[in-house]
Amino acid sequence: MDLSEMVESLVYRKPDSLRDVETHYCPGCTHGLAHRLVAEVIDELGMREKAIGVAPVGCSVFAYNYFNMDFAEAAHGRAPAMATGIKRVNPDNLVFTYQGDGDLASIGAAEILHAAGRGENITVVFINNAIYGMTGGQMAPTTLPGQRTSSTPLGRDVEVHGFPLRMCEVLSQLDGAAYVARRSLHDVANIRKAKKALRQAFEVQLNGLGFAMVELLSNCPTNWGMGATDSLVWIEEHMIPMFPLGDYKVGPGVASVGGRES
Amino acid sequence: MARELLEGNVAFAEAAIRAGCEAYFGYPITPQTEALEHMARRMPELGRAFLQAESEVAAINMVYGAACTGARVMSSSSSPGVSLMMEGMSYIAGSEVPAVLVDIMRGGPGLGNIAPSQGDYFQIVKGGGHGDYRPIVLAPATVQELINLTVEAFDLAERYRCIVVVLADGCLGQMMEPAELPPMRAIRPSAERPEWALNGAEGRSPNVISSIYLEPLEEEEFNRRLLAKQAEIEAHEVRFRELALDDAELAVVGFGTSGRVAQSAVKFARQEGIKVGLMRPISLNPFPYDALGRLADRMRAFLVVEMNGGQMVEDVRLAVEGKAPVRFYGRMGGVVPFPDEILAEIRKLNAPTEA
Amino acid sequence: MAKGRIEVDERHCKGCALCTTVCPKDLISMAMERLTPRGYHPAELRDPEAACTGCAICAVICPDVAITVYRWIPAAKSLPVSA
Repeated sequence: MDLSEMVESLVYRKPDSLRDVETHYCPGCTHGLAHRLVAEVIDELGMREKAIGVAPVGCSVFAYNYFNMDFAEAAHGRAPAMATGIKRVNPDNLVFTYQGDGDLASIGAAEILHAAGRGENITVVFINNAIYGMTGGQMAPTTLPGQRTSSTPLGRDVEVHGFPLRMCEVLSQLDGAAYVARRSLHDVANIRKAKKALRQAFEVQLNGLGFAMVELLSNCPTNWGMGATDSLVWIEEHMIPMFPLGDYKVGPGVASVGGRES
Repeated sequence: MARELLEGNVAFAEAAIRAGCEAYFGYPITPQTEALEHMARRMPELGRAFLQAESEVAAINMVYGAACTGARVMSSSSSPGVSLMMEGMSYIAGSEVPAVLVDIMRGGPGLGNIAPSQGDYFQIVKGGGHGDYRPIVLAPATVQELINLTVEAFDLAERYRCIVVVLADGCLGQMMEPAELPPMRAIRPSAERPEWALNGAEGRSPNVISSIYLEPLEEEEFNRRLLAKQAEIEAHEVRFRELALDDAELAVVGFGTSGRVAQSAVKFARQEGIKVGLMRPISLNPFPYDALGRLADRMRAFLVVEMNGGQMVEDVRLAVEGKAPVRFYGRMGGVVPFPDEILAEIRKLNAPTEA
Repeated sequence: MAKGRIEVDERHCKGCALCTTVCPKDLISMAMERLTPRGYHPAELRDPEAACTGCAICAVICPDVAITVYRWIPAAKSLPVSA
């Protein structure tokens, strides 16, 4: 191959919607990956300068340090309400929340339920890693039966701690929910699918079709007590059976919108 | 504008609309729900945002979100609902975004009842949510004042970038009396919203609104900024009314409804020749310490009248600094005192004190 | 055969090694002999036979967006494309 007429071109780089900063996330934590997918989609939609993100309380509380766009930081569980307030007065902005499983499915369960019920025209990025990361590994509503956490030291006992909450299945029952999908970040193929789902979810908002949420099965190497690679295997072997992947709600008009791979 | 017969709740809701309120997020709770109902009709008519939230927790966080965009936004609620809003108020204070809350107090604690009360003075005037902050608190005693103070609340919130609470009670919320509404003020175009506002980082670096200061020294610095703002507010925003105090020897002190009832008692007492006057604080934060301190130089005694177990009386004692005795008369549980009850207390106050 | 290379930003790489598990040609390994400013062993491309095709799969799985990918392509078609 004669290199003379060849030119080196950039194939992949950090999206503009991410700041060029180090994150505080643990090595191998897929929060960083989810941030990148959201940022890539916002770049591809050309919406960085129209976007307003709402960060939760949890490991991703500092999302506003990593996204290169207007950002607010909500009280624990209140991001969907805060995003509602923003979207209602600034309908032209692209408003999204980025929430963990404690934030969305535990303290914020009422807020997410009613945002979906209202068909609030916001996009929700829901990171499900079956544990409370920031506070050091306590049980979350999505902790699996038998899973050890610092607040279920002998493993989650459904008789005592109840059953995991499947938020896609719950929210997809609501007429206001236009697009509800669950994807996973445990391997490259699924990461690509996750990006497509995120793209679809943001297009739902751009077309005013109502509430959209993508749940992303994610890892927590530190609090699961395993390495990065093993944690991705754990998602596949343990989380997916409890939280099956797929589209749980594709409302009218959603299918024809977006999702085109750029 | 002409005077109309207006119900308190409707009056403050319409006043907010005329002050340029762009968004209202609330939740039904007696005795203020008529305000929410009025907003439910009027805001959509004007193309403005209205939403009945799933709870007061959600409502105050919707207010917080809208406030981050620089839009003029408010909520209204009553005691138990306002208790649910405390976390949100602390976040609003912690990120210095402007917002207005009208609190129509009711009997408590707990579920209590729906009768008027002033039992939330400590909760609201001394901060309410967690952390070192205090909202500006304005206490109307008439529907006209409720209107005027609601309008002023929006301007104060923006001038000081804080939350302003208009603190009234079920009496004022439910009663009707003649009052005049202000003319409609145009909504501020979004282009003129403050530069810190979130509206999309177009042609500028991104704005971030959060109440996080991980470094204690930075948090302390932020708290110092809030204290400096409080001092500024104390210097410029104290409001109170005085009645028949020029030649008085005794002063009755009461805010809101209890101040209004005390006003009648003072009039009757004057008719009996008792040299008594009324001092009615309107701004509860900033509290009129100096004015009361000056009064204490020439008053024989004070009578503080409240619809609670004795809360503002502590601030009066702080102001008076022992220069004169400060007596207290209060009714609780939603009971509104009658003028003659207060008149009886004034007579006792006026009786020559045992040597 | 297309030819490519990657750059690992050592300010961001936290040595999680996920990229090493997905490279189709197994060209990425952890540089155990040195540390990044934050004290991690960084990932690095070891590609003596220039086998890297610039497929960017490593960049797709990197949780810290530490990998930039380049590819040699005919001069005519040099439009940047994000994976």
